[in-house]
Amino acid sequence: MKHEVVEKNIGLMALLIVLVISGGFLVEIVPLFFLKEVNEPVAGLEPLTPLEMEGRDIYIREGCHVCHTQMIRPFRAETERYGHYSVAGEFVYEHPFLWGSKRTGPDLARVGGRYSDAWHRVHLNNPRDVVPESNMPAFPWLFETKLDADGITAKLKAFQTFGVPYTDEEIAAAPDQIRGKYEIEALVAYLQQLGTVISTRR
Amino acid sequence: MSTFWSLWISVIVLATVIGCWWLLWATRRSQPTDKETDRTTGHSFDGIEEYDNPLPKWWFHLFSATCVFSLIYLALYPGLGNFEGLLGWTQEKQWQEEVQQAEARYGELYAKYGDIPIPELAKNEDARKMGQRLFSNNCAVCHGSAARGAVGFPNLTDDAWIWGGSPERIVETIHQGRVNQMPAKGLMPNMSNNQVEAVVNYVLSFSGREKDKALAEQGQQVFMQACAGCHGQDAKGNTMVGAPNLTDDDWLYGSTYDWIKETVTYGRQNRMPAQENRLSEDQIHILAAYVYGLSHRNQ
Repeated sequence: MKHEVVEKNIGLMALLIVLVISGGFLVEIVPLFFLKEVNEPVAGLEPLTPLEMEGRDIYIREGCHVCHTQMIRPFRAETERYGHYSVAGEFVYEHPFLWGSKRTGPDLARVGGRYSDAWHRVHLNNPRDVVPESNMPAFPWLFETKLDADGITAKLKAFQTFGVPYTDEEIAAAPDQIRGKYEIEALVAYLQQLGTVISTRR
Repeated sequence: MSTFWSLWISVIVLATVIGCWWLLWATRRSQPTDKETDRTTGHSFDGIEEYDNPLPKWWFHLFSATCVFSLIYLALYPGLGNFEGLLGWTQEKQWQEEVQQAEARYGELYAKYGDIPIPELAKNEDARKMGQRLFSNNCAVCHGSAARGAVGFPNLTDDAWIWGGSPERIVETIHQGRVNQMPAKGLMPNMSNNQVEAVVNYVLSFSGREKDKALAEQGQQVFMQACAGCHGQDAKGNTMVGAPNLTDDDWLYGSTYDWIKETVTYGRQNRMPAQENRLSEDQIHILAAYVYGLSHRNQ
């Protein structure tokens, strides 16, 4: 084939360009939509409770994912420190996932249960109170602001349309479960469930 | 992965590799010669012309080599759907090997201290250094890098032990963790505000710091009812239930009138997480010896 043929037919060239750049997409991404390993939850995975869901939104709002990852790679150095490596089935209810890409602070994929609730409260109020070397910002306003209880319905409905198994009754009951609670309670509840579905080590 | 997706991936990947090589080969073949010439494409823009030379040979061969490399790679490693590759490599296997190698290497180092009793091991300089590393990685976040604790997180360098400071108790604490729950107003949920003030004065009177002697005397009765169940009638605490000694000068949640009042009014809840899934037996043994040594430095 002569270059000229391609160069002088813009339609043909566009078609060939699309074909070339979609190669990776077709092979690496499209099959993932249909694979069991990435679409089925791991045994025991439950959707977040309304309180944890609010905590997740606070996690996003405060930009926690900018400095903390939620993805333990299968290297000994990581599993030794953080626990079992992350598997795809743990993230099927996550929209979007919060893997992050930079670790200024430690990975949080399995921080659930690692510290006490009391520790998290002291630490979020002022990290230096428990870890003098820490350069994490303090989040004292979480202790003063209450959750917007009525906002939770729309959030859970959105997740329902993504295929997360919330029942209509659960969604209806959600606002009363979180009404009057402080943001700190939601964030600590969210952190304490992170990665607890897989916990076996040694 | 189903056969369909396995084939889908294999066919597209191989077709891409072959397609790349064909493109390379076809464009080269369409050139009248494979040598460098002065021939131009015939385009001329403001007198600037464009040579029409084939790819330099080394460049052509480099491209061909990448195609060959990709085929060898796909034969050795899993890249074509369900084909596992001739090396049988998976990232889980690689991780497992890493872990096994490390355990074979470091396991011995930990194991050689396994039979030495903790009080003796606490004096071993090498074991102490290993214990310090383990402590920094697993304990320092709450207890502090110098093990002096913080408000709500016990100091491990003194002689006050909430759950007991014997080697066995330290090992147990590291293994299972501890849950501390002081209920609000102790065992007397309907304690009046006056009674709270009274019992705070009584508690302060152990160290001669009560604000009001008469109130402190009243507080004794409240203490017996609300607090003695865990802290003991002599207020010396009980390490079996994790009730701190209130007669010494070691205070987990602050020693001032206001702090103690807050503790009585609202209770205190905290928890030390169990470490038995994170650390091996031998590691816990070394760690316990390090912690034991912190308060037995001169023995």
